[in-house]
Amino acid sequence: MNDTNEMLLEFESRSQNESFARTVVAAFAAGLDPTIEELADIKTAVSEAVTNSIIHGYGNCVGTIRMKCSIRGNELTVEIEDDGVGIENISKAMEPLYTTRPELERSGMGFSFMEAFMDELEVESVVGRGTIVRMKKKVGKAERIKGYAQEAKQKIV
Amino acid sequence: MHDLKKQGSNRQKAREEGTIYDIYQRCLVIRLMEDLDHHNAIRIREKADKLIERNHIKHIIFDFSGAGFMDSAGIGVIMGRYKKVIFIGGKTAVASVNSTVDRVFRLSGLYKIIDKYDTVEAALNRLQNV
Repeated sequence: MNDTNEMLLEFESRSQNESFARTVVAAFAAGLDPTIEELADIKTAVSEAVTNSIIHGYGNCVGTIRMKCSIRGNELTVEIEDDGVGIENISKAMEPLYTTRPELERSGMGFSFMEAFMDELEVESVVGRGTIVRMKKKVGKAERIKGYAQEAKQKIV
Repeated sequence: MHDLKKQGSNRQKAREEGTIYDIYQRCLVIRLMEDLDHHNAIRIREKADKLIERNHIKHIIFDFSGAGFMDSAGIGVIMGRYKKVIFIGGKTAVASVNSTVDRVFRLSGLYKIIDKYDTVEAALNRLQNV
């Protein structure tokens, strides 16, 4: 059965690449036959993670961001990795509305959106070395069918 | 229905890289024609703030009919403009929001402070009579 797939994309931490990363992840996830809503969720989460790498990871300099995506069955995993400054206090950074860059009108909702729009979110970071954001989401037809089956079962019971 | 053409003399138009800025009396309509992410947010913020200051703008309407995507950077842009006009009693509104953008708004809680309208015309009708 052909239900695994992988890809790796490397790009510079320039803000015009935010839409590029979104488009690529959407095209890759299309193989899972996602709903429009699921696709929007994935794009938003990736947009948040990539923007974080650009603004916070690399700040004013340009570095490399790696986006690793894989599909296992009906689950999509996306990793956004940078070699930037890293995060000193991850749980603080993940607090809703917390931001270190209010002058940029950052709303402090980036991690909250990633958490809300994906099923799983993991953040690994080493100060001075960089950050990896790993997100997972079950997507597509298979999951929907499972949902319908469960619904039908409940109705019968 | 509000007739936009009647206000010709009070109307100004500006366009910069995909986003169209229309001014009707003291209302600024920002017609987004592309994704509202961090990349576009920087430009829109600068241009909008210039127009707000120069034209004594009181109310701001973001028209999403041309924008299918928004992330938290968009929330920042709208919040920032809201803060600019709230002190003079101005209102901030969004119009023609699709379901994708609507979810982001709902999740952020932004609807507690800004109003949503089906169309820009409906928003203008309401805000110009405030």
